[in-house]
Amino acid sequence: MTATTSRPDAQSVITRVYREESGRALATLIRLLGDFDAAEEALQDAFATAVVQWERDGVPSNPRAWLISTGRNRMIDRIRREERFVRATTALGFDTEIAIPPVEPADDESGVEDDRLRLIFTCCHPAIARDAQVALTLRTICGLTTEEIARAFLVSTPAMAQRLVRATGKIRAAGIPYRVPPPSELAERLDAVLTVVYLVFTEGYAATSGDALVRRELASEAIRLGRLLVALMPEATESNALLALMLLHDARRETRMGDDGELVLLEDQDRLRWDADQIEEGLRRVDEALSGGPAGPYAIQSAIAALHARARTPSETDWRQIAALYALLLDRAPSAVVELNHAVAVAMVDGPQRGLRLIDAIAARGELRDYHLLHAARADLLRRLDRREEATDAYESALELATVEPERRFLTERLAELRSRE
Amino acid sequence: MQYLLLIYNNERNWMDLSEKDSKNLMGEYRSYTERIAKSGHYKGGNALQPTQTATTVRVRDGKRQTTDGPFAETREQLGGFYLVDAKDLDEAIGLAEGIPGARTGCIEVRPIMPTPTM
Repeated sequence: MTATTSRPDAQSVITRVYREESGRALATLIRLLGDFDAAEEALQDAFATAVVQWERDGVPSNPRAWLISTGRNRMIDRIRREERFVRATTALGFDTEIAIPPVEPADDESGVEDDRLRLIFTCCHPAIARDAQVALTLRTICGLTTEEIARAFLVSTPAMAQRLVRATGKIRAAGIPYRVPPPSELAERLDAVLTVVYLVFTEGYAATSGDALVRRELASEAIRLGRLLVALMPEATESNALLALMLLHDARRETRMGDDGELVLLEDQDRLRWDADQIEEGLRRVDEALSGGPAGPYAIQSAIAALHARARTPSETDWRQIAALYALLLDRAPSAVVELNHAVAVAMVDGPQRGLRLIDAIAARGELRDYHLLHAARADLLRRLDRREEATDAYESALELATVEPERRFLTERLAELRSRE
Repeated sequence: MQYLLLIYNNERNWMDLSEKDSKNLMGEYRSYTERIAKSGHYKGGNALQPTQTATTVRVRDGKRQTTDGPFAETREQLGGFYLVDAKDLDEAIGLAEGIPGARTGCIEVRPIMPTPTM
């Protein structure tokens, strides 16, 4: 392989390649080796080799291809060693069977995309529990660490690690296939995939912890997976609606943070800096999705995002229609988070008092108590009602639960503002 | 891979069937078995006598304990099984779907543990 990068960079290149390429490399290795665990091991092996070799010889021109072929060769060496061992033991009368995985020529880009699609359907197989499907996809497709996934779903890291081990163990032991399902099953299987893709996007759009509010690559991963799904099943309107929803959210990405990394609320964002092309594509896809039959949950959500995107100023926002769409969404796909969004929209139409009553009803049921945005929304409404003491308490609760740095800063500022007015 | 397809049904329903319905069901099972034998998936299988014929055996402190009845009292009981050869879980699920008992009860699909290679 030819070296294209100077040596001192090797370490930072490895870190970047790990973040950007490990998901794709893993997907291809799983196909080549036919085994989840073996592929993960092979990839770890390849990265361990890279640390030494790239430092010494420079970074190869195509790091991903290098990782795949190195990982594959390592694993094949290992399997051959085992095979010799097996032959020896078979001679002693043990009944064994080991298959050498097929070795294929270097993969082109389209082959790699197919691998990722296959992998996402495997990760979202109905024989795997939903929470494990999401975890597995984030771990294997998006290269998130177990710890990041654990934080995203509010469970401990050891519990998440165990969930992942159980899921990969089942893929192997139960023989869950690594392929895109046949047409007869595709629609049903796609639902699970869409849920997972959207969760990946949300993770990328508002990372659950640390300084990086916008983890661009995760959001782009999700959008790319969305495009792949639309290309695979053009007649499935919900994939198109999900893609529209992600595009419309993502179009605002650059305006969600100020120069100092502070959080900028929707009403304060510079709308001229929203990505016009992405909004145009998003709006077109929303129209397509809404004309394709009864609106599913993603079509409704994309319609809400479209109303925000169409408003040239915050005051132009059609909150009445947004509240109505949230009510429709609550009817089709009820959840406490949707209820909270509905309450916020109602507050924009009928005033903070009514919104507050709806939020308090959620809290009274004991739901979303650990969700910082419930407390933040409550605090905002209390502030607008000039109930400062209660607003201060609510901001404090929100701050206790918030983990993303810019959000924490935003809440701290609001809190300081309130206190200075006392 | 090999899978054991365990057929769980409420055996009361089976016992309450009219003679004609019972014969029909037996016929369905026979043709299902023939079908998966022809396709090469069938490795074995049997229906079981009802749980009232079951005996449960345990050994505790080296002593054998024998009790009347099944290991667990459940709403649906193990009434039969197929051992099948399938390419992967999806194929095994497809085979399970075809078992007549899937329409009234449920089928548990369990992969057979491969013989350890030592």
